[in-house]
Amino acid sequence: MDKTTNQKAWFLVLPVLVLVAFSAVIPLMTVVNYSVQDTFGNNVFFWAGLEWFEQALSSDRLWAAFGRQIMFSAIILTIQIPLGIFVALNMPKKGFWASFCLVVMALPLLIPFNVVGTIWQIFGRVDIGLLGHTLDAMGIDYNYTNDVLDAWITVIVMDVWHWTSLVALLAYAGLQSIPEAYYQAAKIDQASRWKVFRYIELPKMQGVLLIAILLRFMDSFMIYTEPFVVTGGGPGNATTFLSIDLVKMAIGQFDLGPAAAFSIMYFLVILLVSWVFYTVMTNLDKREGF
Amino acid sequence: MTLELRDVGKSVGGKPHIHPTQLTLERGTMNVLLGPTLAGKTTLMRLMAGLDVPNTGRVFWDGQDVTGRRVQDRDIAMVYQQFINYPSMSVYDNIASPLRQMGKSKAEIDTAVTATADLLKLTPMLSRKPLELSGGQQQRCALARALVKGAGLVLLDEPLANLDYKLREELRVEIPKIFEASGAIFVYATTEPEEALLLGGNTATLWEGRITQFGPTPQVYRQPVDATTARVFSDPPMNFVHITKSGQGLEFGDGQTAAAEGGFAALPDGRYRAGFRPNHLELTRHGEAALEFRCTLAVTEITGSETFVHLHHGPDRWVGLVHGVHDLPLGAEMPVYLDPAHIYIFGENDALVAPAPYALAA
Repeated sequence: MDKTTNQKAWFLVLPVLVLVAFSAVIPLMTVVNYSVQDTFGNNVFFWAGLEWFEQALSSDRLWAAFGRQIMFSAIILTIQIPLGIFVALNMPKKGFWASFCLVVMALPLLIPFNVVGTIWQIFGRVDIGLLGHTLDAMGIDYNYTNDVLDAWITVIVMDVWHWTSLVALLAYAGLQSIPEAYYQAAKIDQASRWKVFRYIELPKMQGVLLIAILLRFMDSFMIYTEPFVVTGGGPGNATTFLSIDLVKMAIGQFDLGPAAAFSIMYFLVILLVSWVFYTVMTNLDKREGF
Repeated sequence: MTLELRDVGKSVGGKPHIHPTQLTLERGTMNVLLGPTLAGKTTLMRLMAGLDVPNTGRVFWDGQDVTGRRVQDRDIAMVYQQFINYPSMSVYDNIASPLRQMGKSKAEIDTAVTATADLLKLTPMLSRKPLELSGGQQQRCALARALVKGAGLVLLDEPLANLDYKLREELRVEIPKIFEASGAIFVYATTEPEEALLLGGNTATLWEGRITQFGPTPQVYRQPVDATTARVFSDPPMNFVHITKSGQGLEFGDGQTAAAEGGFAALPDGRYRAGFRPNHLELTRHGEAALEFRCTLAVTEITGSETFVHLHHGPDRWVGLVHGVHDLPLGAEMPVYLDPAHIYIFGENDALVAPAPYALAA
């Protein structure tokens, strides 16, 4: 059979190619460009090879920030996912209160990140903040500006406050899609509340929970604005997560080369972890027959 | 084992969904609830199951009042229109789940699951997850779960409605056989008169929250107590025409008269409604006594071996079901024929006053 040759189709793809080139490929390539060169100013660049990558990989500072980042994401996921499910299970299913809960739950998601940071920064202050002052008045020694544990707790509580709603709303959507007949059938089968959760609600929520975990992992792994506003990465480097460290390096010290190399590895790590997550979870789905 | 509903009624927000109803179902019987959508079939089942509590009346199980008893404490199983199985369990575990809940021993469970799976042709699929099965197999799995439980009351709420035609026919034949042996009370809700006739047993026709008639299925079909029952238990619905009886004749308009013989003879003179089923309308004259009506053809639907003809007869809208393919010109005026032996006569108050002579003979 003869194949018709028609190259006109390329023109149809062209707009997308141009758009992607300007939005993603060109900026990314600029970073790649910086990561393999050195400069002493005046827009003069020298080839540096993989030097910056080697330097970054052997830097204790980067590994420390990476460790903190992993710890932060792990804590965030272990709190927010179960809490989000718990909230979703206890939300009213219909009527006025369902709409009311949805609006209240959506509120933290609508607040700009730096405003969230500012809210908590003030909220936690010992001198004028409601939380900080109250804790202080109760005799609890709380100060997020000079105590590492307090700083961590503040940043984590803030993130839980900001993002648990997202998990709850996704889980709620998953729960709402379960036909009433499943609950009736379980009732007739004399299934306990736990069994209803384990064998009906959880399997039916799996799809949305996968999305929730993925989103929360990526977002928490890239977190910058809120902890920067609240603690500025301190006390010391205690809450300096990868992004904060990266900005310090790129803008603060103007080390473009190392910062670029760092960014690329950061990007690859997120890509890799997300891919592993996704593959593992979808395989799990298949195994569960969902 | 009997299930008895005494004056059971249910209304939601002041609107009656089920009017006070009397119904007694016996052990080992298949009972069909036949009615159109929103007639109250599901509500009635929920009342039987105890998923809803009636506003009025009591429910008796073996003579014992169980009206307020929780679903969990009743001896029932239910199958729904949707295919309801536990998504994360294998077919084996799904079938075993009611038995595990009852705390049966492993050996007992295994015997029961194997036997039930065999009966429902699920043996090759036991290790699969429900969503890896076809729709028909998923519903078989749900049926197996209901069956294995050995419940005294099994409720089937339009279990075949979501299946395609072929699978529906297959399961429809199997269901009565499968359940016959278990000796439970079966209640089967459906919108299709054909399904009721195939399942046999007893039929209760439902219309707007009322049971209009309950009795052996063929009897309800042949001798509907009123026009509503006749309309519900006929697909397409029964056709009606106004008639007048005077002396020895039934006048149908159009100058058509039939002799008032047999059961018709005793009727007092006056106006009545005559009803006949679509399959009794004919396009050709089959006897001297046949009545002839002049109708306008509105629509024909050809389904292959049969043709539905939609007719306008004055203000009446009729449907005829005739064998073979008939490619008729739309809008044409045409004669149709009806044997008076196929006519049911209803009073102006809807009640049957004289059944069709053919139905009495059968």
